[in-house]
Amino acid sequence: MKFGVVVFPGSNCDHDTVYTLREILDQEVVELWHKDTDLQDVDMIILPGGFSYGDYLRSGAIARYSPIMGKVIEFAERGGYVLGICNGFQILCEAGLLPGALLHNQNQKFICKNIYILPDNNEAPVNRLLDKEKPLKIPIAHGEGRYFASPETLSMMRQNNQILFRYCNDSGEISEQYNPNGSVENIAGVCNETKNVFGMMPHPERAADDELGNTDGRLILESLIKIILEKKISYYN
Amino acid sequence: MKFIAEINIMPLKALLDPQGKAVTNSMKNIGFENISNVRIGKHITLEIDADEEERAMEQVNDACNKILANPIMEGYDYTIRKVED
Amino acid sequence: MSDTVVTLDVAEKLGLNSEEFDKIKEILGRTPNFTELSIYSVMWSEHASYKNSIKWLKTLPRDGKQILAAAGEENAGLVDLDNGIACAFKIESHNHPCAVEPYQGAATGVGGINRDIFTMGARPVAQLNSLRFGELENDRTKWLMKGVVKGIGDYGNSFGVPVVGGEVYFNKCYTTNPLVNAMSVGIMKKDDMISAIAKGKGNPVYIVGSSTGKDGIHGATFASADITENSAEDLPSVQVGDPFQEKLLLEATLELNKTGAVVGMQDMGAAGIICSTSEMSEKGGHGMRIDLSKVPLRQQNMEPWEILLSESQERMLVVVEKGREKDVEAVFEKWDLNCEIIGEVIEEDRLYFYKGEKLYADVPASTLVLGGGAPVYDREYKEPAYYKEFKKFLIDDVPEPENLQEVVKVLVKNPNIASKKWVVEQYDTMVGTGNMSTNFPSDAGLVNIKGTRSAIALTVDCNSRYVLADPDIGTQIAVAEASRNIVCSGGKPLAITNCLNFGNPYNPEVYWQFVNAVKGMSKACKKFGTPVTGGNVSFYNQTSIDGNVVPVFPTPTIGMLGLLKEKNNQMTMAFKRKGTMVYLIGKSRNDIASSEYLTTWHHIEKSPPPYFDLDEEYRIQKVVEDLIRFSLVLSAHDISEGGLFISLLESGIPKCMGFDITTDAEVRKDAFLFGEAQGRVVVSVSTTRETEFIDFMLQQDVPFSALGHVTKGEIRVDDVSYGFICDLTKDYTESLGAVFQDN
Repeated sequence: MKFGVVVFPGSNCDHDTVYTLREILDQEVVELWHKDTDLQDVDMIILPGGFSYGDYLRSGAIARYSPIMGKVIEFAERGGYVLGICNGFQILCEAGLLPGALLHNQNQKFICKNIYILPDNNEAPVNRLLDKEKPLKIPIAHGEGRYFASPETLSMMRQNNQILFRYCNDSGEISEQYNPNGSVENIAGVCNETKNVFGMMPHPERAADDELGNTDGRLILESLIKIILEKKISYYN
Repeated sequence: MKFIAEINIMPLKALLDPQGKAVTNSMKNIGFENISNVRIGKHITLEIDADEEERAMEQVNDACNKILANPIMEGYDYTIRKVED
Repeated sequence: MSDTVVTLDVAEKLGLNSEEFDKIKEILGRTPNFTELSIYSVMWSEHASYKNSIKWLKTLPRDGKQILAAAGEENAGLVDLDNGIACAFKIESHNHPCAVEPYQGAATGVGGINRDIFTMGARPVAQLNSLRFGELENDRTKWLMKGVVKGIGDYGNSFGVPVVGGEVYFNKCYTTNPLVNAMSVGIMKKDDMISAIAKGKGNPVYIVGSSTGKDGIHGATFASADITENSAEDLPSVQVGDPFQEKLLLEATLELNKTGAVVGMQDMGAAGIICSTSEMSEKGGHGMRIDLSKVPLRQQNMEPWEILLSESQERMLVVVEKGREKDVEAVFEKWDLNCEIIGEVIEEDRLYFYKGEKLYADVPASTLVLGGGAPVYDREYKEPAYYKEFKKFLIDDVPEPENLQEVVKVLVKNPNIASKKWVVEQYDTMVGTGNMSTNFPSDAGLVNIKGTRSAIALTVDCNSRYVLADPDIGTQIAVAEASRNIVCSGGKPLAITNCLNFGNPYNPEVYWQFVNAVKGMSKACKKFGTPVTGGNVSFYNQTSIDGNVVPVFPTPTIGMLGLLKEKNNQMTMAFKRKGTMVYLIGKSRNDIASSEYLTTWHHIEKSPPPYFDLDEEYRIQKVVEDLIRFSLVLSAHDISEGGLFISLLESGIPKCMGFDITTDAEVRKDAFLFGEAQGRVVVSVSTTRETEFIDFMLQQDVPFSALGHVTKGEIRVDDVSYGFICDLTKDYTESLGAVFQDN
C-alpha cells in the first residue's frame, strides 16, 4: 500500500510516521510537501502530529489552507482514506472533513503520557480488527485535545458509529476519571459519515516499535492497512 | 453601580510577535494580498461593582497591571461603561 | 548615538575597566568610536570572554580518543559513537532572563541550546534540563516554576524534541535567582559536521532566520549618551522565542548541509552578529567586510551598534562557497526563511562594519575573542569560614527518631525527593519515537539510535548541597552520580558537558568554591574517563535574604553522555515481580551528612558532604556494568536523595511492587534507610540466577549484601509494616502537583 505523509511547516511527527510505516510496517511511503498539489497516486494520506505554523492562532487553522489541503479535501470527498493524528486531527476538523473541534485541555496544560483507549465499535477500517474489550496503551501529547461537538452532532455520530475510540483505564473502564483532557464523552478519535476520514489525538505511531516496549498502536495501523488493502483488491477485481 | 470593562491586551510593539508574524505570512498564501502587519492579543470583558466610574477604572488598571497583562511584554487599553439596570 | 564621544566614563558605563579601555586603545592605535567600544564591551564581557573562569577551565581534562571537537572550539561538544555516527551535546544556563520573565526566559534558553546543536549539522534527539527554585511554599517560586516549565514545554514541544531527563531542586538560596540549565543532544553522521568557521576570500556571508530587533542591548543603550524616554519605550526588556521559526531553521540547516555549499555556520546567541562574525573569522584566520544595511530589521531606526549587538533569537550566520548562492537561497526559499548576503570573507584579520557607504567599525577579529585578545584574569580566592564549621558535624549529636514510618511520610512528599510528574507531563517526552525509558524507567534517559544496534544514555546531575559543603568532593559526587546513572541504565560513560552556576567571581569565597569545584570535576572526570566537551559558566547568581546578598549554592551541573553499544543491554530501575531478591552493591554506612533527611526532619543545614570514595565508587560502577552485561540482575537503581528507602520505593512504583528488607545492626537505622552515602546501587535478582549472582559477586573486590525481597505491595522493614506501595506512590507522585492546586 502507498501512503502519503503530508509535511507542513512545523510538523514534527512526520519523520516518526514515515519511519513507522516504512521500517516497521513495511509499507511504501512518500512525503507530500504542503506547497505541492500532486498526491502522487497514494492510497492513503496521513496528516501527522506537530505544530503546523506553530499552532499560532488556533491549532490547524492556517495549515488547513495549504495548497496540498485542497487536494486532500478532493481526495477525501472522492472516498480516499485520510488519517489525522493529533495536529492532523485538528487540521481535519478545521478543514471541515471531520465533525467537531479540539479545544484547550481542561487543565490548560500540555499533557504527554501513556493513556488507554477502547474502540467504540468495529465499523471503520481503523478499528475494524480491534478487540472491543481490550484497551490499548497509546501515548498522547497535546495542549489542545479536548474534543467538543454539539449534542445534536454527537447523537448523529453515535447513531452512525462515528466515534472511533474513547479514553479508559487499563481495564477498559470508561469514566470521567480516565479522561485526560476533558473531551466530551471521553472521545479520543472520530471519523466522518462515510468512514474514510479518521482523526485521533493519541499517537499510534509512538506505540509501534518493539524497541520502545509498547506496540499497541501498531494494531490500529495494521487494521487500517489490512481493511483498505482488502477493499482495494475487491475493487480491482 | 455595575460597570462593564472591555479590555484589549496587545504585545508591546518593540517585541517580536511570533503569532502575528506567522499569520501575516500565511495571509498572502491564502490570497489576502492587501493584509499586512497582523498582531495578536487578547480581548477580555469583566464586570466591576463600584460607586463611580473613576473607582471602576482604578480597579481595571490595577487588575491589568497585576494579573491580566504582563507589563514586561504587553500593553493594554480599555473602555468602560455602566450597565443599564 | 553612534556619535557619542568615547571617554573612560562611557567605557565604564559599558562595563569595561580602565585597564581594558587602555588595552583597546593600544590594539587600535587610537581611541575607539562608540560602535567599536560597544563591540569590545560585549565581546570582553564575562558572558562572551570567560575572562574570570578560563584560566581554571583550561585545567579540566578535555582529551580522549572519542572526542571529535575540542572543548570551546565549536558550537557544542562532539563525541564519536563509532560506526560513523557522532553525538553533539551541550548544556547552557538561562538563569538571569528567567528571573525577569520565566516563560520567555526558559523558552529562549531551550531555543539557544538547540540551535547550538543543529548548527553543527546534528538533528537534536533529546533534551534535558536542570532547574532550581526557592522554597516551594513561596509564591514567587510558584510563579517562576509555572512559567519556566511552561516555557520549556511550549518551546520544546513545538520544536519537536523530547525531554528525556532532568532534575528539579528547591532551596531558599535560589528564591530570587532561579537556575535554568538546558541541555540538548543531537545525532549526526561524523562526516557531516559543520564547523563554526569563516574562510575562503570572497565567500559570501549570509544572515538567515528571524529579523533583527533591539533585543538584549540594554547595557550598551544606557551607556550611550543621549537615551531619551521615547527610545526607552521601544527597547524590548525581554526576548520572545519563536519555536516555529526555529523548527524551520532546523530543517533548512540540515537540508542546506546536504548541498555541500556550506563553509561554516554559527548560531547567533549572546552578542549576536558581532560574536558570530568575530569568532568565525578568528577560527578561520580570516576577516569579514559586512554591510549592516543589508540585515533584515524588525524595528526601524536601528543604529549600527544596535544591529551588531542585538541578541534577537532564531538567527544564524552562514558562510557559503562563492558560486553556490542559488543552491543556498533555494533551500531557505523553500522553508520561507529570510536569507540575506550581508558581506564577504576577506583575507586580513579585520572586521569592517559598514552601513551603506559609511564605515562604522574597523577592528581586528582576533582581538575580540577568547584565546585571542580578550582579557584573562586570575582572581583571588579564600576558604570561607563555614567550610571548617560544617566539618564539625557529628552524627552522634543527632537523636534517632522513634517512629521511622513518620519520617517516610514526610520524605516522600519532600519536593526534592517526590516525583516530578507535574513537571514532566507538561513536556513531550516521546516525540521522535526514540525514548526507550518511557515504558522501562531507568536512572538515565535512553534514546534509540534508529538503524543501529546502539542507544545513548543521558543524565544531568548535581546535588548543590554537597557542593556547598565541600566544592571539591561535592563536584566529584556530581560527576560520579551522573556516571552511576548511566551505568545503572546499561551504558558506558563517554563524556560530559557542564554548566557552572556560581555567585560573584569577585567575591574570594565564591571564587574559592569555583576553583575547588573545577578541581573536583577534573579528578572525577579523569577517573571515569569522561572528558569535558564544553558547557558554560554563569556567575553573579545571588539572592537577597533578609537584606544580605547571598550567593546561590555553588551548582556545577554535570550533563553526561553514555553509550549502549548494544541497545539490548538496556537496564530498568523497576522491580519486575514479587519474590525476586534485592541486593545492595556497596556498603551501608553510619552517615546522614547533607542528606534530605537531615535537613527536612532534623532541620540541620550544616554538615559535610556524605561519604564518598572516588576509587571505591569507580570499582562499584564497574561491577554493576558487568552485572548488567552478564544479565545477572533484573533491575538496577542508584541510591541518591532520600537514601536506600526512597531508592527501593522508586524501584517498586512502576509495577506497584513492595519490598521486605532487613537492616544492618551495625548501622543506625535512620542512616541505613535515609543516609546518602555514595557508591551504592540497589539491584534485584531472580531466584533462579541468585547463586550465579552471588558467585560472581564473591569474586569482586566490592562489598555487597542481601537486603530482602520484592513483595506484592506491602513494604516491610525488620518485620514492621511501612504501609502499602500504592498509598506511598500516591503521596510521592501527587504532592508536587497538589501545591499548584491542579493536576
